[in-house]
Amino acid sequence: MPFGLLKYGLSRTYPAKRHFAPAGALKPSYDVVIIGGGGHGLAIAYYLAKYHGVTNVAVIEKGYIGGGNTGRNTAIIRSNYLTPEGVRFYDESVRLFQQLSQELDYNILYSERGHFTLAHTDAALRTMRWRAEVNKHLGVESELVLRDELAKMVPQLDLSEDVRYPILGALYHAPGAIARHDAVAWGYGGAASRLGVDIHQQTTVTGIVAEGGRLTGVVTDRGAIKCGKAVQAVAGDSSVLAAMAGFKLPIRTIPLQACVSQPLKPFLDAIVVSGSLHVYVSQSSRGELVMGGATDPYPLYSTRSSLEFKEGLIAHVLELFPFLAEVKLLRQWAGMADMTPDFSPVMGLTPLENYYVDAGWGTWGFKATPVVGKRMAELIATGEAPDLIAPFRLSRFEEFRLVGEKGAASVGH
Amino acid sequence: MKIMHCPLNGPRNISEFTYGGEVEAHPDPHRCSLAEWTDFVLLENNTRGVVREWWFHAPTAFWFIAERDTVTDEIVRTYPATELFSARMDFPPPPAGDGGKDEP
Ligand SMILES: Cc1cc2nc3c(=O)[nH]c(=O)nc-3n(C[C@H](O)[C@H](O)[C@H](O)COP(=O)(O)OP(=O)(O)OC[C@H]3O[C@@H](n4cnc5c(N)ncnc54)[C@H](O)[C@@H]3O)c2cc1C
Repeated sequence: MPFGLLKYGLSRTYPAKRHFAPAGALKPSYDVVIIGGGGHGLAIAYYLAKYHGVTNVAVIEKGYIGGGNTGRNTAIIRSNYLTPEGVRFYDESVRLFQQLSQELDYNILYSERGHFTLAHTDAALRTMRWRAEVNKHLGVESELVLRDELAKMVPQLDLSEDVRYPILGALYHAPGAIARHDAVAWGYGGAASRLGVDIHQQTTVTGIVAEGGRLTGVVTDRGAIKCGKAVQAVAGDSSVLAAMAGFKLPIRTIPLQACVSQPLKPFLDAIVVSGSLHVYVSQSSRGELVMGGATDPYPLYSTRSSLEFKEGLIAHVLELFPFLAEVKLLRQWAGMADMTPDFSPVMGLTPLENYYVDAGWGTWGFKATPVVGKRMAELIATGEAPDLIAPFRLSRFEEFRLVGEKGAASVGH
Repeated sequence: MKIMHCPLNGPRNISEFTYGGEVEAHPDPHRCSLAEWTDFVLLENNTRGVVREWWFHAPTAFWFIAERDTVTDEIVRTYPATELFSARMDFPPPPAGDGGKDEP
Protein backbone atom coordinates (compact mmCIF):
# COMPACT_ATOMS: atom_id res chain seq x y z
CA MET A 1 0.00 0.00 0.00
CA PRO A 2 2.78 2.54 0.61
CA PHE A 3 3.39 2.55 -3.16
CA GLY A 4 -0.28 3.21 -3.84
CA LEU A 5 -0.17 6.04 -1.37
CA LEU A 6 2.90 7.52 -3.05
CA LYS A 7 1.24 7.31 -6.46
CA TYR A 8 -1.86 8.94 -5.01
CA GLY A 9 0.19 11.70 -3.44
CA LEU A 10 2.13 12.48 -6.62
CA SER A 11 -0.72 12.24 -9.07
CA ARG A 12 -1.70 15.50 -10.75
CA THR A 13 -5.34 14.75 -11.21
CA TYR A 14 -7.14 14.16 -7.94
CA PRO A 15 -7.82 10.44 -8.09
CA ALA A 16 -10.35 10.22 -5.27
CA LYS A 17 -13.56 8.45 -6.15
CA ARG A 18 -16.64 10.64 -6.16
CA HIS A 19 -19.33 9.63 -3.72
CA PHE A 20 -22.10 10.58 -6.09
CA ALA A 21 -22.58 12.15 -9.47
CA PRO A 22 -23.40 15.87 -9.54
CA ALA A 23 -27.16 16.04 -10.06
CA GLY A 24 -27.16 18.63 -12.87
CA ALA A 25 -30.36 20.51 -13.68
CA LEU A 26 -33.45 20.37 -11.47
CA LYS A 27 -36.18 18.23 -12.99
CA PRO A 28 -39.53 20.02 -13.31
CA SER A 29 -41.18 17.46 -11.07
CA TYR A 30 -40.38 14.77 -8.51
CA ASP A 31 -42.50 12.27 -6.60
CA VAL A 32 -40.85 13.30 -3.35
CA VAL A 33 -38.78 16.37 -2.51
CA ILE A 34 -36.65 16.16 0.64
CA ILE A 35 -35.70 19.57 2.03
CA GLY A 36 -32.34 19.43 3.83
CA GLY A 37 -29.36 17.27 2.93
CA GLY A 38 -28.22 16.40 6.42
CA GLY A 39 -28.03 12.83 7.66
CA HIS A 40 -31.78 12.75 8.20
CA GLY A 41 -32.76 13.94 4.71
CA LEU A 42 -30.26 11.65 3.01
CA ALA A 43 -31.32 8.65 5.11
CA ILE A 44 -34.99 9.26 4.24
CA ALA A 45 -33.99 9.33 0.55
CA TYR A 46 -32.03 6.09 0.89
CA TYR A 47 -34.79 4.09 2.61
CA LEU A 48 -37.42 5.45 0.19
CA ALA A 49 -35.37 4.35 -2.80
CA LYS A 50 -34.09 1.06 -1.42
CA TYR A 51 -37.11 -0.32 0.46
CA HIS A 52 -40.13 1.43 -1.08
CA GLY A 53 -39.09 1.66 -4.73
CA VAL A 54 -39.55 5.45 -4.72
CA THR A 55 -36.58 6.71 -6.72
CA ASN A 56 -37.91 9.85 -8.40
CA VAL A 57 -36.68 11.79 -5.39
CA ALA A 58 -34.73 15.03 -4.96
CA VAL A 59 -32.77 16.06 -1.91
CA ILE A 60 -32.47 19.87 -1.86
CA GLU A 61 -29.59 21.17 0.25
CA LYS A 62 -28.77 24.86 0.58
CA GLY A 63 -25.11 24.29 1.43
CA TYR A 64 -23.23 21.02 1.06
CA ILE A 65 -24.43 17.65 2.32
CA GLY A 66 -23.71 16.99 5.97
CA GLY A 67 -22.60 20.61 6.48
CA GLY A 68 -25.30 21.30 9.08
CA ASN A 69 -25.60 19.67 12.47
CA THR A 70 -24.76 16.29 10.94
CA GLY A 71 -21.16 17.42 10.49
CA ARG A 72 -21.05 19.35 13.77
CA ASN A 73 -22.20 16.91 16.40
CA THR A 74 -20.16 14.97 18.92
CA ALA A 75 -21.40 11.70 17.40
CA ILE A 76 -22.62 9.95 20.55
CA ILE A 77 -24.98 7.04 19.87
CA ARG A 78 -26.97 5.43 22.68
CA SER A 79 -30.46 4.30 23.66
CA ASN A 80 -30.52 4.56 27.48
CA TYR A 81 -33.29 7.15 27.54
CA LEU A 82 -35.95 7.62 30.18
CA THR A 83 -39.35 7.37 28.50
CA PRO A 84 -40.46 3.99 27.06
CA GLU A 85 -41.33 5.77 23.78
CA GLY A 86 -37.82 7.17 23.57
CA VAL A 87 -36.04 3.98 24.59
CA ARG A 88 -37.84 1.84 21.98
CA PHE A 89 -37.23 4.37 19.26
CA TYR A 90 -33.53 4.97 19.93
CA ASP A 91 -32.96 1.24 20.47
CA GLU A 92 -34.00 0.53 16.89
CA SER A 93 -31.61 3.25 15.77
CA VAL A 94 -28.68 1.75 17.68
CA ARG A 95 -29.40 -1.64 16.10
CA LEU A 96 -29.50 -0.09 12.63
CA PHE A 97 -26.27 1.80 13.37
CA GLN A 98 -24.51 -1.42 14.38
CA GLN A 99 -25.16 -2.81 10.87
CA LEU A 100 -24.85 0.44 8.95
CA SER A 101 -21.36 -0.01 7.51
CA GLN A 102 -22.53 -3.30 5.93
CA GLU A 103 -25.88 -1.88 4.85
CA LEU A 104 -24.21 1.00 3.00
CA ASP A 105 -21.00 -0.81 2.09
CA TYR A 106 -19.21 2.18 3.53
CA ASN A 107 -17.15 2.34 6.70
CA ILE A 108 -18.74 4.75 9.15
CA LEU A 109 -16.08 3.94 11.79
CA TYR A 110 -18.68 2.71 14.26
CA SER A 111 -16.92 2.27 17.57
CA GLU A 112 -18.60 0.82 20.66
CA ARG A 113 -17.09 2.41 23.74
CA GLY A 114 -19.42 2.12 26.68
CA HIS A 115 -21.24 5.25 27.85
CA PHE A 116 -21.07 6.52 31.44
CA THR A 117 -23.47 9.18 32.73
CA LEU A 118 -22.03 10.38 36.03
CA ALA A 119 -24.11 11.02 39.12
CA HIS A 120 -22.89 13.63 41.61
CA THR A 121 -25.93 13.68 43.91
CA ASP A 122 -28.32 11.22 45.52
CA ALA A 123 -31.12 12.61 43.38
CA ALA A 124 -29.13 11.90 40.23
CA LEU A 125 -28.36 8.35 41.43
CA ARG A 126 -32.06 7.77 41.91
CA THR A 127 -32.81 8.93 38.36
CA MET A 128 -30.03 6.64 37.05
CA ARG A 129 -31.64 3.68 38.83
CA TRP A 130 -34.97 4.58 37.32
CA ARG A 131 -33.46 4.85 33.83
CA ALA A 132 -31.60 1.55 34.25
CA GLU A 133 -34.84 -0.22 35.19
CA VAL A 134 -36.81 1.26 32.29
CA ASN A 135 -33.96 0.35 29.93
CA LYS A 136 -33.60 -3.24 31.15
CA HIS A 137 -37.35 -3.74 30.99
CA LEU A 138 -37.20 -2.83 27.29
CA GLY A 139 -34.17 -5.00 26.60
CA VAL A 140 -31.52 -2.28 26.58
CA GLU A 141 -28.22 -2.99 28.37
CA SER A 142 -28.03 -0.44 31.15
CA GLU A 143 -26.96 -0.61 34.78
CA LEU A 144 -25.93 1.49 37.72
CA VAL A 145 -22.28 1.28 38.77
CA LEU A 146 -20.98 2.73 42.02
CA ARG A 147 -17.61 4.34 42.72
CA ASP A 148 -15.54 1.18 43.32
CA GLU A 149 -16.60 -0.35 40.04
CA LEU A 150 -16.35 2.94 38.21
CA ALA A 151 -12.75 3.31 39.41
CA LYS A 152 -11.90 0.05 37.63
CA MET A 153 -13.89 0.78 34.48
CA VAL A 154 -12.82 4.42 33.95
CA PRO A 155 -9.56 4.79 35.90
CA GLN A 156 -8.85 8.13 34.19
CA LEU A 157 -11.58 9.87 36.20
CA ASP A 158 -10.77 11.90 39.28
CA LEU A 159 -12.90 10.12 41.88
CA SER A 160 -11.51 11.96 44.88
CA GLU A 161 -13.92 13.58 47.30
CA ASP A 162 -12.17 16.91 47.70
CA VAL A 163 -13.62 18.37 44.50
CA ARG A 164 -16.58 20.65 44.00
CA TYR A 165 -18.90 17.86 42.79
CA PRO A 166 -17.65 14.43 43.91
CA ILE A 167 -18.75 11.51 41.72
CA LEU A 168 -21.04 8.98 43.44
CA GLY A 169 -21.64 6.55 40.59
CA ALA A 170 -22.73 6.31 36.99
CA LEU A 171 -25.31 4.87 34.65
CA TYR A 172 -23.35 2.46 32.46
CA HIS A 173 -24.60 1.70 28.94
CA ALA A 174 -22.32 -0.84 27.29
CA PRO A 175 -23.57 -0.34 23.67
CA GLY A 176 -22.86 3.43 23.81
CA ALA A 177 -20.86 4.28 20.69
CA ILE A 178 -19.43 6.96 18.47
CA ALA A 179 -19.12 7.01 14.67
CA ARG A 180 -17.70 9.24 11.97
CA HIS A 181 -20.60 11.64 11.45
CA ASP A 182 -19.56 12.85 7.96
CA ALA A 183 -19.35 9.24 6.80
CA VAL A 184 -22.98 8.72 7.80
CA ALA A 185 -24.04 11.57 5.48
CA TRP A 186 -21.69 10.44 2.67
CA GLY A 187 -22.70 6.79 3.03
CA TYR A 188 -26.43 7.47 2.86
CA GLY A 189 -25.97 10.12 0.15
CA GLY A 190 -23.80 7.89 -2.02
CA ALA A 191 -26.09 4.89 -1.69
CA ALA A 192 -29.21 7.00 -2.39
CA SER A 193 -27.58 8.54 -5.43
CA ARG A 194 -26.66 5.11 -6.84
CA LEU A 195 -30.33 4.16 -6.51
CA GLY A 196 -31.34 7.14 -8.64
CA VAL A 197 -31.95 9.94 -6.12
CA ASP A 198 -30.90 13.45 -7.26
CA ILE A 199 -28.92 15.37 -4.68
CA HIS A 200 -28.98 19.10 -5.45
CA GLN A 201 -26.47 20.97 -3.32
CA GLN A 202 -26.23 24.76 -3.11
CA THR A 203 -29.95 24.99 -3.74
CA THR A 204 -32.21 26.70 -1.21
CA VAL A 205 -35.92 26.10 -0.78
CA THR A 206 -37.54 29.53 -0.59
CA GLY A 207 -41.24 28.67 -0.69
CA ILE A 208 -43.82 25.91 -0.37
CA VAL A 209 -46.68 25.82 -2.87
CA ALA A 210 -50.09 24.50 -1.86
CA GLU A 211 -53.56 24.38 -3.33
CA GLY A 212 -56.62 23.83 -1.18
CA GLY A 213 -54.61 22.69 1.84
CA ARG A 214 -52.60 20.28 -0.23
CA LEU A 215 -48.94 20.46 -1.23
CA THR A 216 -48.22 20.79 -4.95
CA GLY A 217 -44.60 21.88 -5.12
CA VAL A 218 -41.67 23.81 -3.73
CA VAL A 219 -39.89 26.93 -4.94
CA THR A 220 -36.09 27.07 -4.90
CA ASP A 221 -33.56 29.74 -5.78
CA ARG A 222 -32.97 27.69 -8.96
CA GLY A 223 -36.61 27.48 -9.97
CA ALA A 224 -39.88 25.83 -9.00
CA ILE A 225 -40.41 22.08 -8.73
CA LYS A 226 -43.72 20.24 -8.69
CA CYS A 227 -43.93 17.32 -6.31
CA GLY A 228 -46.39 14.85 -4.90
CA LYS A 229 -44.95 14.89 -1.43
CA ALA A 230 -42.30 16.78 0.48
CA VAL A 231 -40.62 16.47 3.84
CA GLN A 232 -38.58 19.04 5.74
CA ALA A 233 -35.49 17.89 7.66
CA VAL A 234 -33.69 21.18 8.23
CA ALA A 235 -32.78 21.17 11.96
CA GLY A 236 -32.15 24.79 13.07
CA ASP A 237 -34.20 26.17 10.17
CA SER A 238 -37.28 24.07 11.00
CA SER A 239 -39.47 27.03 12.01
CA VAL A 240 -38.53 28.93 8.86
CA LEU A 241 -39.67 26.07 6.60
CA ALA A 242 -42.78 25.41 8.70
CA ALA A 243 -43.75 29.08 8.34
CA MET A 244 -43.46 28.71 4.55
CA ALA A 245 -45.81 25.74 4.80
CA GLY A 246 -48.20 27.70 7.00
CA PHE A 247 -47.85 26.21 10.47
CA LYS A 248 -45.94 26.79 13.71
CA LEU A 249 -43.69 24.43 15.63
CA PRO A 250 -42.92 24.23 19.35
CA ILE A 251 -39.26 24.89 18.57
CA ARG A 252 -36.60 27.40 19.51
CA THR A 253 -33.34 27.55 17.56
CA ILE A 254 -30.49 27.63 20.07
CA PRO A 255 -26.79 27.22 19.32
CA LEU A 256 -24.97 24.19 20.69
CA GLN A 257 -21.20 24.42 20.76
CA ALA A 258 -18.44 21.83 20.89
CA CYS A 259 -14.67 21.66 20.59
CA VAL A 260 -11.77 19.23 20.12
CA SER A 261 -8.32 19.09 21.66
CA GLN A 262 -5.06 18.41 19.88
CA PRO A 263 -4.68 14.69 19.09
CA LEU A 264 -3.35 12.55 21.93
CA LYS A 265 -2.37 8.90 22.13
CA PRO A 266 -5.41 6.73 22.81
CA PHE A 267 -6.05 6.77 26.55
CA LEU A 268 -9.80 7.12 26.98
CA ASP A 269 -12.03 4.35 25.69
CA ALA A 270 -15.23 5.32 27.50
CA ILE A 271 -17.65 8.09 26.62
CA VAL A 272 -18.01 10.15 29.81
CA VAL A 273 -20.98 12.41 30.40
CA SER A 274 -21.98 14.52 33.36
CA GLY A 275 -25.41 16.08 33.34
CA SER A 276 -24.78 18.16 36.44
CA LEU A 277 -21.52 19.54 35.11
CA HIS A 278 -22.81 19.90 31.54
CA VAL A 279 -19.89 18.04 30.02
CA TYR A 280 -19.39 15.18 27.66
CA VAL A 281 -16.04 13.82 26.54
CA SER A 282 -14.90 11.04 24.25
CA GLN A 283 -11.69 10.37 22.35
CA SER A 284 -12.06 10.12 18.60
CA SER A 285 -10.26 7.59 16.42
CA ARG A 286 -7.89 10.45 15.48
CA GLY A 287 -6.99 10.87 19.15
CA GLU A 288 -8.71 14.21 19.64
CA LEU A 289 -10.82 14.70 22.74
CA VAL A 290 -14.28 15.64 21.52
CA MET A 291 -16.00 17.82 24.13
CA GLY A 292 -19.37 19.44 24.39
CA GLY A 293 -21.71 20.87 26.98
CA ALA A 294 -25.05 22.57 27.37
CA THR A 295 -26.80 24.70 24.77
CA ASP A 296 -26.25 28.46 24.70
CA PRO A 297 -28.42 30.45 27.12
CA TYR A 298 -30.69 32.03 24.47
CA PRO A 299 -31.93 31.52 20.87
CA LEU A 300 -29.83 32.52 17.90
CA TYR A 301 -29.68 31.66 14.18
CA SER A 302 -25.91 31.60 14.07
CA THR A 303 -23.00 29.21 14.29
CA ARG A 304 -20.61 31.59 16.03
CA SER A 305 -18.47 30.25 18.88
CA SER A 306 -18.03 32.00 22.21
CA LEU A 307 -15.33 32.31 24.83
CA GLU A 308 -17.88 31.88 27.65
CA PHE A 309 -18.71 28.40 26.40
CA LYS A 310 -15.08 27.33 26.23
CA GLU A 311 -14.23 28.68 29.68
CA GLY A 312 -17.26 27.11 31.32
CA LEU A 313 -16.82 23.76 29.64
CA ILE A 314 -13.11 23.37 30.22
CA ALA A 315 -13.41 24.24 33.91
CA HIS A 316 -15.68 21.24 34.27
CA VAL A 317 -13.64 18.94 32.06
CA LEU A 318 -10.64 19.65 34.29
CA GLU A 319 -12.67 18.76 37.33
CA LEU A 320 -13.16 15.26 35.87
CA PHE A 321 -9.70 14.92 34.26
CA PRO A 322 -7.29 17.35 35.99
CA PHE A 323 -4.28 15.95 34.13
CA LEU A 324 -5.56 17.50 30.86
CA ALA A 325 -4.69 21.01 32.07
CA GLU A 326 -1.80 21.47 29.63
CA VAL A 327 -3.60 20.09 26.59
CA LYS A 328 -4.34 22.58 23.81
CA LEU A 329 -7.64 23.10 22.05
CA LEU A 330 -7.60 22.65 18.30
CA ARG A 331 -11.01 23.74 17.05
CA GLN A 332 -14.30 25.10 18.36
CA TRP A 333 -17.59 25.38 16.51
CA ALA A 334 -21.36 25.50 16.86
CA GLY A 335 -24.51 24.13 15.27
CA MET A 336 -28.09 25.43 15.40
CA ALA A 337 -30.14 23.07 17.53
CA ASP A 338 -33.92 22.88 17.09
CA MET A 339 -35.03 22.56 20.72
CA THR A 340 -38.48 21.31 21.77
CA PRO A 341 -40.07 21.92 25.19
CA ASP A 342 -40.19 18.17 26.01
CA PHE A 343 -36.77 17.25 24.56
CA SER A 344 -38.43 14.82 22.15
CA PRO A 345 -38.53 15.17 18.35
CA VAL A 346 -41.44 16.18 16.11
CA MET A 347 -42.07 13.67 13.32
CA GLY A 348 -45.00 12.96 11.08
CA LEU A 349 -47.97 14.64 9.45
CA THR A 350 -48.50 18.39 9.36
CA PRO A 351 -51.59 20.57 8.84
CA LEU A 352 -50.59 20.68 5.14
CA GLU A 353 -51.56 17.49 3.32
CA ASN A 354 -48.66 15.54 1.75
CA TYR A 355 -46.13 17.68 3.62
CA TYR A 356 -44.24 15.96 6.41
CA VAL A 357 -42.00 17.19 9.19
CA ASP A 358 -38.85 15.78 10.74
CA ALA A 359 -37.70 18.32 13.31
CA GLY A 360 -37.07 19.01 16.96
CA TRP A 361 -33.83 17.06 16.92
CA GLY A 362 -32.12 19.57 19.14
CA THR A 363 -28.99 18.15 20.66
CA TRP A 364 -29.91 14.46 20.30
CA GLY A 365 -30.68 13.69 16.64
CA PHE A 366 -27.48 12.20 15.22
CA LYS A 367 -28.07 8.89 16.96
CA ALA A 368 -31.55 8.79 15.41
CA THR A 369 -30.41 9.20 11.80
CA PRO A 370 -31.01 5.58 10.65
CA VAL A 371 -34.33 5.07 12.43
CA VAL A 372 -35.61 8.44 11.20
CA GLY A 373 -34.67 7.51 7.64
CA LYS A 374 -36.34 4.13 7.86
CA ARG A 375 -39.53 5.19 9.64
CA MET A 376 -40.05 8.55 7.91
CA ALA A 377 -39.63 6.77 4.55
CA GLU A 378 -42.30 4.31 5.65
CA LEU A 379 -44.59 7.21 6.61
CA ILE A 380 -44.04 9.01 3.30
CA ALA A 381 -44.51 5.86 1.22
CA THR A 382 -47.65 4.64 3.02
CA GLY A 383 -49.10 7.89 4.38
CA GLU A 384 -49.42 6.35 7.84
CA ALA A 385 -47.18 6.93 10.83
CA PRO A 386 -45.50 3.73 12.07
CA ASP A 387 -46.16 2.96 15.77
CA LEU A 388 -42.57 3.73 16.68
CA ILE A 389 -42.84 7.39 15.68
CA ALA A 390 -46.53 8.03 16.36
CA PRO A 391 -45.89 9.35 19.92
CA PHE A 392 -43.76 12.13 18.42
CA ARG A 393 -46.53 13.59 16.21
CA LEU A 394 -46.88 17.36 16.02
CA SER A 395 -50.47 17.20 17.30
CA ARG A 396 -49.26 15.90 20.70
CA PHE A 397 -48.78 19.52 21.75
CA GLU A 398 -52.40 20.40 21.13
CA GLU A 399 -53.37 17.25 23.02
CA PHE A 400 -50.97 18.21 25.83
CA ARG A 401 -49.46 14.72 25.57
CA LEU A 402 -45.82 15.68 25.72
CA VAL A 403 -43.11 13.01 25.83
CA GLY A 404 -40.90 14.43 28.57
CA GLU A 405 -37.39 13.23 27.82
CA LYS A 406 -35.91 15.95 30.02
CA GLY A 407 -34.48 13.60 32.63
CA ALA A 408 -32.36 11.89 30.05
CA ALA A 409 -31.35 14.72 27.81
CA SER A 410 -30.42 17.48 30.22
CA VAL A 411 -26.81 17.38 29.18
CA GLY A 412 -27.73 18.10 25.64
CA HIS A 413 -27.13 15.29 23.21
CA MET B 1 -18.23 38.68 27.57
CA LYS B 2 -21.21 40.06 25.72
CA ILE B 3 -22.75 43.13 27.35
CA MET B 4 -26.46 43.85 27.64
CA HIS B 5 -27.83 47.20 28.68
CA CYS B 6 -30.30 46.73 31.52
CA PRO B 7 -32.82 49.59 31.72
CA LEU B 8 -32.52 49.46 35.52
CA ASN B 9 -28.84 48.64 36.10
CA GLY B 10 -27.00 49.82 33.01
CA PRO B 11 -24.49 47.70 31.08
CA ARG B 12 -23.99 44.23 32.60
CA ASN B 13 -22.53 40.89 31.49
CA ILE B 14 -25.08 38.88 29.53
CA SER B 15 -24.58 35.97 31.92
CA GLU B 16 -26.52 37.97 34.54
CA PHE B 17 -29.65 37.82 32.39
CA THR B 18 -32.18 35.12 31.61
CA TYR B 19 -34.05 34.92 28.32
CA GLY B 20 -37.83 34.92 28.73
CA GLY B 21 -39.25 34.31 25.25
CA GLU B 22 -40.78 36.51 22.56
CA VAL B 23 -43.30 39.16 23.57
CA GLU B 24 -46.72 37.82 22.57
CA ALA B 25 -50.31 38.82 23.26
CA HIS B 26 -51.59 36.90 26.28
CA PRO B 27 -54.94 35.25 25.50
CA ASP B 28 -57.65 35.16 28.14
CA PRO B 29 -57.11 31.65 29.57
CA HIS B 30 -60.80 31.16 30.37
CA ARG B 31 -62.17 32.25 27.03
CA CYS B 32 -59.62 31.33 24.36
CA SER B 33 -59.78 28.15 22.29
CA LEU B 34 -57.51 25.20 22.94
CA ALA B 35 -55.63 26.02 19.74
CA GLU B 36 -54.98 29.60 20.92
CA TRP B 37 -53.82 28.33 24.31
CA THR B 38 -51.50 25.73 22.75
CA ASP B 39 -50.09 28.41 20.52
CA PHE B 40 -49.44 30.71 23.47
CA VAL B 41 -47.98 28.08 25.80
CA LEU B 42 -46.05 25.77 23.47
CA LEU B 43 -45.70 27.00 19.88
CA GLU B 44 -43.00 29.48 18.97
CA ASN B 45 -42.56 32.06 16.24
CA ASN B 46 -38.83 31.42 16.54
CA THR B 47 -38.34 34.56 14.47
CA ARG B 48 -35.31 34.94 12.26
CA GLY B 49 -34.44 38.65 12.44
CA VAL B 50 -35.20 41.50 14.82
CA VAL B 51 -37.65 40.45 17.52
CA ARG B 52 -39.07 41.79 20.80
CA GLU B 53 -38.18 39.59 23.74
CA TRP B 54 -38.63 39.40 27.48
CA TRP B 55 -35.38 39.42 29.45
CA PHE B 56 -34.80 39.15 33.19
CA HIS B 57 -31.93 40.63 35.17
CA ALA B 58 -31.55 37.87 37.75
CA PRO B 59 -29.61 39.67 40.53
CA THR B 60 -32.24 42.42 40.76
CA ALA B 61 -35.28 40.37 39.66
CA PHE B 62 -36.13 42.93 36.97
CA TRP B 63 -38.09 42.00 33.82
CA PHE B 64 -37.74 44.22 30.77
CA ILE B 65 -37.94 44.12 26.98
CA ALA B 66 -35.12 43.86 24.46
CA GLU B 67 -35.19 44.16 20.69
CA ARG B 68 -32.59 41.78 19.39
CA ASP B 69 -31.53 40.50 15.98
CA THR B 70 -31.60 36.69 16.25
CA VAL B 71 -29.27 36.34 13.25
CA THR B 72 -26.48 38.79 14.16
CA ASP B 73 -27.08 38.71 17.95
CA GLU B 74 -27.06 42.51 17.94
CA ILE B 75 -29.09 43.99 20.79
CA VAL B 76 -30.86 46.87 19.10
CA ARG B 77 -32.60 48.42 22.12
CA THR B 78 -33.68 47.59 25.67
CA TYR B 79 -36.44 49.33 27.62
CA PRO B 80 -38.74 48.88 30.60
CA ALA B 81 -41.92 46.88 29.99
CA THR B 82 -43.98 49.97 30.86
CA GLU B 83 -43.21 51.24 27.37
CA LEU B 84 -45.49 48.51 25.97
CA PHE B 85 -47.81 47.78 28.87
CA SER B 86 -49.52 50.64 30.66
CA ALA B 87 -51.60 48.57 33.07
CA ARG B 88 -51.50 45.29 34.92
CA MET B 89 -52.90 42.43 32.85
CA ASP B 90 -55.96 40.99 34.59
CA PHE B 91 -58.49 38.58 33.16
CA PRO B 92 -62.09 38.38 34.27
CA PRO B 93 -62.98 35.27 36.29
CA PRO B 94 -64.14 32.18 34.36
CA PRO B 95 -67.73 32.38 33.09
CA ALA B 96 -70.24 30.82 35.51
CA GLY B 97 -71.01 27.19 34.80
CA ASP B 98 -67.81 26.75 32.80
CA GLY B 99 -66.60 23.36 33.94
CA GLY B 100 -63.28 24.10 32.37
CA LYS B 101 -64.19 22.17 29.23
CA ASP B 102 -61.40 23.71 27.26
CA GLU B 103 -58.86 23.72 30.03
CA PRO B 104 -55.80 21.71 29.14
C1 LIG C 1 -22.40 20.64 18.76
C2 LIG C 1 -23.45 19.58 18.57
C3 LIG C 1 -23.28 18.34 19.20
C4 LIG C 1 -24.23 17.33 19.05
N1 LIG C 1 -23.99 16.11 19.61
C5 LIG C 1 -24.84 15.08 19.37
C6 LIG C 1 -24.53 13.78 19.86
O1 LIG C 1 -23.49 13.55 20.48
N2 LIG C 1 -25.42 12.78 19.62
C7 LIG C 1 -26.58 13.00 18.91
O2 LIG C 1 -27.35 12.06 18.74
N3 LIG C 1 -26.89 14.23 18.42
C8 LIG C 1 -26.04 15.27 18.62
N4 LIG C 1 -26.33 16.52 18.12
C9 LIG C 1 -27.59 16.73 17.37
C10 LIG C 1 -27.46 16.28 15.92
O3 LIG C 1 -26.30 16.80 15.35
C11 LIG C 1 -28.65 16.74 15.08
O4 LIG C 1 -29.86 16.52 15.75
C12 LIG C 1 -28.71 15.99 13.76
O5 LIG C 1 -27.47 16.02 13.12
C13 LIG C 1 -29.77 16.58 12.86
O6 LIG C 1 -29.61 16.06 11.55
P1 LIG C 1 -30.42 16.69 10.37
O7 LIG C 1 -30.07 15.94 9.15
O8 LIG C 1 -31.85 16.77 10.76
O9 LIG C 1 -29.92 18.22 10.33
P2 LIG C 1 -28.67 18.90 9.60
O10 LIG C 1 -27.52 18.02 9.50
O11 LIG C 1 -28.48 20.23 10.25
O12 LIG C 1 -29.22 19.10 8.13
C14 LIG C 1 -30.18 20.07 7.80
C15 LIG C 1 -29.79 20.66 6.46
O13 LIG C 1 -30.85 21.47 5.98
C16 LIG C 1 -30.27 22.47 5.19
N5 LIG C 1 -31.25 23.54 4.99
C17 LIG C 1 -31.72 24.43 5.91
N6 LIG C 1 -32.61 25.26 5.34
C18 LIG C 1 -32.73 24.89 4.04
C19 LIG C 1 -33.48 25.37 2.93
N7 LIG C 1 -34.32 26.42 3.05
N8 LIG C 1 -33.34 24.75 1.72
C20 LIG C 1 -32.50 23.70 1.58
N9 LIG C 1 -31.75 23.22 2.59
C21 LIG C 1 -31.86 23.80 3.81
C22 LIG C 1 -29.05 22.89 5.97
O14 LIG C 1 -28.09 23.51 5.15
C23 LIG C 1 -28.56 21.56 6.55
O15 LIG C 1 -27.51 20.98 5.80
C24 LIG C 1 -25.40 17.57 18.28
C25 LIG C 1 -25.59 18.82 17.66
C26 LIG C 1 -24.62 19.82 17.79
C27 LIG C 1 -24.84 21.13 17.10
